[in-house]
Amino acid sequence: MLNYVLSRLLTFIPTFLGVTLISFAFIRVLPGDPIMVMAGERGMSDERYAELSAQLGYDRPMYAQFWEYLTGVLQGDLGNSFVTKRPVWDEFFSLFPATLELSLCAMIFAMALGLPAGVIAAVNRGKFFDRALMSTALVGYSMPIFWWALLLIIVFSGNLGWTPVSGRIDLLYYFPDPTGFMLIDSIASGQKGALVSALRHLLLPTIVLGTIPLAVIARQTRSAMLEVLGEDYIRTARAKGMSPGRINGIHALRNALIPVITVIGLSVGTLLAGAILTETIFSWPGIGKWMVDSIFRRDYPVVQGGLLLIAVMVMVVNLTVDMLYGIINPKIRKR
Amino acid sequence: MDDALSTEAEMVHARPGRLREFWFYFRENRGAVIGLWIFAAFAFLALFGPWIAPHDATAQFRADTLVPPFWQEGGSWKYILGTDPLGRDMLSRLIVGARYSFFVGVVVVSIAASGGILIGLIAGFAPQWLDSIIMRIMDIILAFPSLLLALVLVAILGPSLTNAMIAIAIVLQPHYVRLTRASVLSEKQKDYVTSARVVGAGYLRLMFITVLPNCLAPIIVQGALSFSTAILDAAALGFLGMGAQPPTPEWGTMLAEAREFILRAWWVVTFPGIAILVTVLAINLMGDGLRDALDPKLKRS
Amino acid sequence: MPLLRIRNLSVDFATASGAFRAVDAVDQDMETGEILAIVGESGSGKSVSMLALMGLLPWTATVTADELSFDGHDLLNIAPRARRKIVGNDLAMIFQEPMSSLNPCFTVGWQIKEALRSHLGLNRKERHARAVELFEQVGIPDPEKRLSAFPHQLSGGMNQRVMIAMAIACKPKLLIADEPTTALDVTIQAQILDLLADLRRDTGMGLVLITHDMGVVAETAERVSVQYAGQKVEEQPVGALFATPHHPYTGALLDALPERATEKKLPTIPGVVPGQFDRPAGCLFSPRCKFANDKCRSTPPPPLGADMGYARCFYPLNANERIAS
Repeated sequence: MLNYVLSRLLTFIPTFLGVTLISFAFIRVLPGDPIMVMAGERGMSDERYAELSAQLGYDRPMYAQFWEYLTGVLQGDLGNSFVTKRPVWDEFFSLFPATLELSLCAMIFAMALGLPAGVIAAVNRGKFFDRALMSTALVGYSMPIFWWALLLIIVFSGNLGWTPVSGRIDLLYYFPDPTGFMLIDSIASGQKGALVSALRHLLLPTIVLGTIPLAVIARQTRSAMLEVLGEDYIRTARAKGMSPGRINGIHALRNALIPVITVIGLSVGTLLAGAILTETIFSWPGIGKWMVDSIFRRDYPVVQGGLLLIAVMVMVVNLTVDMLYGIINPKIRKR
Repeated sequence: MDDALSTEAEMVHARPGRLREFWFYFRENRGAVIGLWIFAAFAFLALFGPWIAPHDATAQFRADTLVPPFWQEGGSWKYILGTDPLGRDMLSRLIVGARYSFFVGVVVVSIAASGGILIGLIAGFAPQWLDSIIMRIMDIILAFPSLLLALVLVAILGPSLTNAMIAIAIVLQPHYVRLTRASVLSEKQKDYVTSARVVGAGYLRLMFITVLPNCLAPIIVQGALSFSTAILDAAALGFLGMGAQPPTPEWGTMLAEAREFILRAWWVVTFPGIAILVTVLAINLMGDGLRDALDPKLKRS
Repeated sequence: MPLLRIRNLSVDFATASGAFRAVDAVDQDMETGEILAIVGESGSGKSVSMLALMGLLPWTATVTADELSFDGHDLLNIAPRARRKIVGNDLAMIFQEPMSSLNPCFTVGWQIKEALRSHLGLNRKERHARAVELFEQVGIPDPEKRLSAFPHQLSGGMNQRVMIAMAIACKPKLLIADEPTTALDVTIQAQILDLLADLRRDTGMGLVLITHDMGVVAETAERVSVQYAGQKVEEQPVGALFATPHHPYTGALLDALPERATEKKLPTIPGVVPGQFDRPAGCLFSPRCKFANDKCRSTPPPPLGADMGYARCFYPLNANERIAS
């Protein structure tokens, strides 16, 4: 197991270097001069330009600049935003809880519905319920989620007036946010109605972001269950006189979960891509909206740093999934 | 014994061609056939859209802005699905818009697949060190969420449909590399490759004539799936303002333009989305059918 | 009352190309404590009839019978819940592939204790004690340690011992062993067979041994039922079967044993068991039988009497000697 972890960690290093290099290179080839962007509308003199260029290190050779960037990254220094002048690192981690809260809720939503749906469809293979469920899943899988969001807004916010359209909580609530998780902070604040307001703001974004993972999990669970249900050890469990609920829910599901967990882990990248759209539509103050805004504002350090941190995040999650895989699948653990 | 032999002989005689056999399995999946028909209609609209559309897709009928569809109060048969805020006919824009999505799908899949297959073949046949380098690079690209990477790439290249297609192709390509390499590695173990090598086939012949045709089934399925991904991603980029630019009647761009009217005119938002959904759904249905028909593991015994 | 009584059992599978009859009008009786061997080639339906008894067939199978009773329970029309009280408890089964028959995600201890809990309602401590006791009984060394092992950490022979321990956990009245040694090394095979025979002697349970290996039959069984293409073609006590086989198929099977070979070249049975599409109209064995004539090919023979081992044959072997003596 230790060897397995170490070998996985070793492949992490070159990938990390490559990700750093790419996020560094992207910004150097972006059209537009970063210094001119900093100057904004006012423009600047040639002397000031040279001075800034030297200050930011842009006059030095590329490899030296990359080395400096890399050492900065390893110390948690990603530069400052052109727009807010705040360190990118701080901005990222002050916005990250919002994205994490939304993603976790979406994932819980997707798993809570997707796993049972997949299991029930597999157990009722070929029957009406199975067909209906799998057709729905394919529709969900094909869904352009930015449109799905607009549709839900039309129905739930426009026609029914049940849910708000944007933000994380109503403006009339104001309280400190020690954790950054609105659900926790709203409870901690003790203000009446704050939690309900936070939940109502969370509802539509969660559904929108969770739709595709839900479809993927349902489809994957079904096919994994179908495969497992044909295995010899399922026959053994039946020969022991176990109830169908126990066979499907424990003997089969535990084995079917191995590929499903992999899919869930791999869909973290997709989830973050979805978060970009979801957060933009619902004005959710998280990483996705921050990135899109920064791209439009040509806030180079933010795009660079955000890209890197998000990629590292995805890599860490994938690594964790590999480890988790070892815990669920005893065959890997022993190696 | 005699009987068994004769039935076998008959079987050999009547053994259908690969294409016919494929069609037999494909046809069994009703959803896949429906998907194929919708896709055919979509391709037809993509090719002949401007001649079918009742109006010019960019013509602005200033007198008739935000006319609802014909079945609603105030709608008329002149604008079957209504008009948008600038008075352009929705139906015509949707029909003409098909060609952009179709074009995106075709171009992205061609670039991503040809590049990915080539790199995957090289990785599969290359010495260990080169293989490792290629696969690490693919890992690096896959570490970025696809839409985010495409978004940054388009920001670098400048927002346009062409650049969106290039960005999406780059993002989708590692999947082909991985898939091709994996099947090349498993095919390479097999005896027919060894025998081809023994009779002295060169590397190029081994790669493209001996091994590649046997790796195609999963790649074709991936092609169908990434066709729909490409359409979805291009529409998402258009929606974020980083894809096709107005007044191009690209479906995602249409949605972005219509966003502020969502609570006043449901049709300007609903129809482009349905167009995207139905197209993507049809292609995914086809993809599922392709996978079932091409994957011998899933074939009924 | 016999422990097991099967009358006219048939099993049909629905396939894409029509129904396929895997078991055809099989009768079988079994007394408590007896060892019955069911012998036949692959595809002769010997496992299917026992799986039907256990209720383990997939949903594509249709089971019909005049009678299918075990220990006074009618297993043909039993409710699933009531069946689950018997199966795994009084009626247990072990399978051919020990490696894949155990769930890879759970320790073998967990899998054995699961049965103890649901059928016997033992508490945690009793379950553990019983599991250790069972492992000792089936000859697994160091049971405390092995209980927390996963199936892939044990050898095939060890896993089959685990399977046997699991099957006898609730002291069954009948144990069905479906080719328990086929997937194992030859040296392990003998150990497992000895273990099964010892367990039968110690516990007094009945044992059905499904096998295609006549050697195994000769060593272990008391009574032998020979199946061919879903039909029972002959049944005799083991000694009589080996001395005076009545059905030509049994004769051919015995002739194919190396120990009995009289010529330089080992005789074989030409052809294969008929499948779904080449089922003969008359005797199912007629296409491969060297004695078959037109009557055999056109009319299915009914089973003969007990003195002829219930052989389904018009011209049974060793018939004259029996009459003469």
